[in-house]
Amino acid sequence: MTLSLVDDAARAASSTRPGGAERRGRMNARRRGTRAAPPLSVGAGLGLGAAVIWMTVLVLLPLAAVVAEAAAGGWSEAVRVLTQPQTAAAIRLTLVQAALVTVIDVVMGTAIAWVLVRDRFWGRRLIDVIIDIPFALPTVVAGLVLLALYGPQGPTPVDVANTRVAVTFALAFVTLPFVVRAVQPVLETLDRDVEDAARSLGADGLTVFGRIVLPALAPAIATGAALAFARGVAEYGSLVLISGNLAMRTEVASVRILGYIEGGDLAAAAVVATVLLAVSLAVTLLLGAIGRVGGRRG
Amino acid sequence: MSIEIRNITKTFGDFVALDDVSVGIRPGSLTALLGPSGGGKSTLLRIVAGLETADSGAVAIDGVDATRLPPQRRGVGFVFQHYAAFPHMTVARNVAFGLDIRHRPKDEVRARVEELLRLVHLEQFADRMPGQLSGGQRQRMALARALAVEPAVLLLDEPFGALDAKVRKELRDWLRRLHDQVHVTTVFVTHDQEEALEVADEIVVVSNGRVEQVGSPDDLYDSPASEFVMSFLGPVTMLGGRLVRPHDVELLGIAVVGSVAGVVEGVQRVGNEARIQVGVPGAPSVAAVLTRAALRDLDVRVGDTVWLRLAKGATSMAATPASSPDDAARGAGSVLTGAVSAPR
Repeated sequence: MTLSLVDDAARAASSTRPGGAERRGRMNARRRGTRAAPPLSVGAGLGLGAAVIWMTVLVLLPLAAVVAEAAAGGWSEAVRVLTQPQTAAAIRLTLVQAALVTVIDVVMGTAIAWVLVRDRFWGRRLIDVIIDIPFALPTVVAGLVLLALYGPQGPTPVDVANTRVAVTFALAFVTLPFVVRAVQPVLETLDRDVEDAARSLGADGLTVFGRIVLPALAPAIATGAALAFARGVAEYGSLVLISGNLAMRTEVASVRILGYIEGGDLAAAAVVATVLLAVSLAVTLLLGAIGRVGGRRG
Repeated sequence: MSIEIRNITKTFGDFVALDDVSVGIRPGSLTALLGPSGGGKSTLLRIVAGLETADSGAVAIDGVDATRLPPQRRGVGFVFQHYAAFPHMTVARNVAFGLDIRHRPKDEVRARVEELLRLVHLEQFADRMPGQLSGGQRQRMALARALAVEPAVLLLDEPFGALDAKVRKELRDWLRRLHDQVHVTTVFVTHDQEEALEVADEIVVVSNGRVEQVGSPDDLYDSPASEFVMSFLGPVTMLGGRLVRPHDVELLGIAVVGSVAGVVEGVQRVGNEARIQVGVPGAPSVAAVLTRAALRDLDVRVGDTVWLRLAKGATSMAATPASSPDDAARGAGSVLTGAVSAPR
């Protein structure tokens, strides 16, 4: 499988040399099921070749290797791994927590973006910078900080260490910027006259938001949500310290994968990873579709 | 429905956008708020619509005090310069919006939308998205959308400002005809004096946050209340210390009583119009406009001596030499002396 993928990519890079200007032609070619494309400039060919090679080396090959490793054991092996209670619990916890945090991010992220774009207050620019800190901070450090603050020895009365709430906390921390940063630029370019028009036609604030603003933001919110969900599913560093990794209770899938790897069971690790990959991909596509439909409805 | 604007003042920081403005708009009229950019006319319109709040003063629509009402409760239709179309809705849904949110019966909404789309000649575009329409079509859609909720007053903020000259001309005529059909009290903002003179029943000239003059287009043109109004409504020049319009300057081949002698400095033909610049000793040069036929008859060339006088029935006013050129330049950008410049 790995081999055929490489082969495909190599062929795509060498024999077809489509480029931006020739998109129509390329699509026609695809429809006819041939690989013939009009010859392109050297620059366009080089650009496409570089992009395909880069994608292959960094993304396609490793992913294919994981999937191939998972597939090597066949269905029975996959079912055995996934029905193992501890693994099933870890996957379930991961998906439920990622979904929960995605919902929180959609609401809070949109609200934060709104405040940053529409309101003028002292310290706005500072907050605008701080939003990105979860991106910049090494996740293990983030976990450590969360533990120090909201753990048993923390200065706050909150102690969430070794609970599922800790997982929610950690995921919410690392996924915060996604929706904010996706929504912010769209909100900035939104035409205020359009909202004024809706108001003059009799819409109150809530109606304007629901019927005019939200549809315009829907694709951006969906993009941010998909990124947040995918990151939530894959998160390891920030929650490994504070969640306690208790089997059947607070252990997430990524920790379980590490457990399998440390135990030398690479095939099982690959099966779990493939499931996470597949779910993330499906959710990304689904959210994309929801965003497009939501954007069309008023 | 009438609009009463009383003592409205509005400042943005240090900038005084409106300074104690009071205007009354007659029910069923088509009124232009005319003035240079930044003069406060758009702000005034937005205050009437409730999209902006005045620092002080009051607005009454149809005799009801609307000063504190939010825009959605004023019964005002508003049309924006850049259309403000709802980009994710079809043309029909755009027009239906105001009725939809009032939860009117579906059949009624559909019938009303069809009627309005016919009125604005967009019936075949009902299912298009706004992005697929031209600017003029989008603005007609915006008009239908504003009319759908049967507003007490219709407010248009530079409605044709973003359109090219030909479409603008068409839409002007069309707005005039539409108003004759619908009779809703309409106020539109423009900086184009030709548009105001052509379309409006009544013109309110606004400049530097103040109302300069209110009157019918002919009133304003024939008896301007100030040098500013006179120079803003069309090109002006100075003859014998008086402000006059170039087409009111008569050119003669011989001296007569009361005429001023001068030397032709330039002749420019633009179609049927001849713009002639005459140097007068001890005064700024004078601009005169003749028809092509009159130019041929006179046969003037650069360097010829001619005599100038004010035509019979001409509008003229005493110019205050110190302030007038400055005022006019600030207001309308038309040049007072010498060459005739076409007003914007």
